[in-house]
Amino acid sequence: MAATKRRQGALTAGLAIALGLVPSMTVAQSPAAMPVPESALTEVGPGEGALEVVAWAGYVEDGSTSPDLDWVSGFEEATGCQVNVTLGNTSDEMFTLMQTGNYDLVSASGDASNRLITAGSVQPINLNLIPNYADVFEGLKGKPHNTVDGVPYGVPHGRGANLLMYNTDVVTPAPDSWSVVFDTESPYAGKVTAYDSPIYIADAAVYLMATNPELGITNPYALDETQFAAAVDLLKAQRSIIGRYWGLYTDEIAAFQSGDSVLGTTWQVIANVLKDPAAPTPIEAILPKEGATGWSDTWMLSAESKHPNCGYLFMNHIISPEVNAQATEYFGEAPANKLSCALTANPDHCALFHAEDEDYFSKVYFWATPQAQCLDGRTDVTCTDYSAWTQAWTEIKG
Amino acid sequence: MSTVGDMPRNTVSRRIQRSLHGRRRLQLSLVLGLPLLILVVLYLGSLALLLVNAFWSLDPVTSTVRHEWTLDNFVRIATNGVYHVITIRTIGLAALVTVTCAVIGFPVAYYMARIASVRTRRLLLLGVLLPLWASYLVKVFAWRAILQQQGVLNWVLEPLGIKGPGYGDVATWLVFTYLWLPYMITPIYAGLERIPNSMLEASSDLGARSGPTFRRVVLPLAFPAVVAGSIFTFSLTMGDYIAPALVSSTQFLGNVIQREVGTSNNLPLAAALAIIPIIVMIIYLIVARRLGAFEAL
Repeated sequence: MAATKRRQGALTAGLAIALGLVPSMTVAQSPAAMPVPESALTEVGPGEGALEVVAWAGYVEDGSTSPDLDWVSGFEEATGCQVNVTLGNTSDEMFTLMQTGNYDLVSASGDASNRLITAGSVQPINLNLIPNYADVFEGLKGKPHNTVDGVPYGVPHGRGANLLMYNTDVVTPAPDSWSVVFDTESPYAGKVTAYDSPIYIADAAVYLMATNPELGITNPYALDETQFAAAVDLLKAQRSIIGRYWGLYTDEIAAFQSGDSVLGTTWQVIANVLKDPAAPTPIEAILPKEGATGWSDTWMLSAESKHPNCGYLFMNHIISPEVNAQATEYFGEAPANKLSCALTANPDHCALFHAEDEDYFSKVYFWATPQAQCLDGRTDVTCTDYSAWTQAWTEIKG
Repeated sequence: MSTVGDMPRNTVSRRIQRSLHGRRRLQLSLVLGLPLLILVVLYLGSLALLLVNAFWSLDPVTSTVRHEWTLDNFVRIATNGVYHVITIRTIGLAALVTVTCAVIGFPVAYYMARIASVRTRRLLLLGVLLPLWASYLVKVFAWRAILQQQGVLNWVLEPLGIKGPGYGDVATWLVFTYLWLPYMITPIYAGLERIPNSMLEASSDLGARSGPTFRRVVLPLAFPAVVAGSIFTFSLTMGDYIAPALVSSTQFLGNVIQREVGTSNNLPLAAALAIIPIIVMIIYLIVARRLGAFEAL
């Protein structure tokens, strides 16, 4: 009896440590309470002792890659939730794994999150039970890739934009628009690069939003047949000036270093590596005036999760200021938690990734899974779904 | 309690032996039963389960497979020209790699089988088989490092003023040739070894010099072995998607299938596409059999 009481006491203490401050659990002290979705947890009980996580490589480091990279062991000690990570290689692999119902948490990218929600694989989240959510940047709250009809399905891990990168020695004048990568008469033909994934069709849609407003595109992931055809045609025309597509980010680094590519879409982390003072390549990466696509991964909880308490505890832990700073700095993206910027090892991390620049991210359309049910809410047309995008991508690459 | 001269005890194993005695078919089915079960049920069965997806379709709303019979996938492949281009490109590369492996592999195998001393032969055999000890990915990444812009190949060619092929279709061809060469050399070596010396002596007795002997005696006898080796190089190239993805931007049949499965979970279309290389290989194997590749079995 005494032993059980001691264990319960330890768990409660652990909960208190993990959640930060016990008082913050009372409704009176927290900021305006958010509506609790139906079928979401109403309170976080004691940890169940285990947690099955599907994550991208580098998201959940427990010291096995390197002893310095460990933001999991502390959580395990504090909550008793032993974290077991399965690495997902592609969004689709993660989607399939979550459908088995054997996992609790998943770090879903936008090209999987909506599918998970529609398939009923993930459950709505009661954000009141995640105190650290209050410190998430406003620009990351309630986004269409993880919030449907006002119901939230997860917490954001970080964000990044797909920028336009160019070699400053070769590309003059400095571009400010995506038109340079879509110009079939481009003087840099053969040295232009693009991201090798069907989701890149959204980049063409973002460009068409500015150049062809008569198409009426409001969400680059909600494209009806006409809008989709226009985007695909644009990309088929672009094919003639593309030298090489990049799928692995190391490919693009090598291509820009060797001069094989001088212009194209990129991630901030690639630009930062290329600008490394040890061996700098003359490049600049900008957010063009039309805006850009971007990505923000969401931590989602399985609808059949056997360890929901541990799940909520982990979600709160991974977006806590210290941990979010470590995780996003390691991965190379902007953190989701406002308070992380003061805690990164490199004090310029947030500046480099424009983490606090809401104006910057207001022009970024985060990856969402294209679905037949239009993501922009239109009900008079059917939008093209991701399998149509995938088949079109095969045609575009040729 | 038993003494010499008593009947052997009626143990279980003795009873089994007695019931099997003379019943050859029963004996055979027991011996082959388990392997056949594994082959038919686990291998062919799971292959069938995979391929039956080709007759189903993906529901665009729920992203799950709809189990309703349809030929949509085949219609799509037949009518969309891009799949034809990719199929021909893949078959073309497989053929090119096969020919290159045969051209490089035959002299090596011939030297090993007929000319080299025993010691040299052992060393060469080791050399040919050693790459098989390394993992596939290690080899392909090694070639990535060799072929990249600031890689070993360009560094070697720089004083000569020429540049290497870099990444692209030539790189894919080089990498595949390297990867499958041991699979071509080994069957040819085995085939050449089997040619009895008496044949060559007889040919020279009949007045043929080494050239005609080679052309009219050795080659025809070794040809089935070359065909056997080509089955490996052709089929392995047909399906591979990792090497092309790592050293080029070109898409082959394997890349398209992988994208359909890995990106949009479109197992039906992927299964339909997977039937293409199966059909190609069935035709190839029929032709190979005709050419005597399986005679030595």
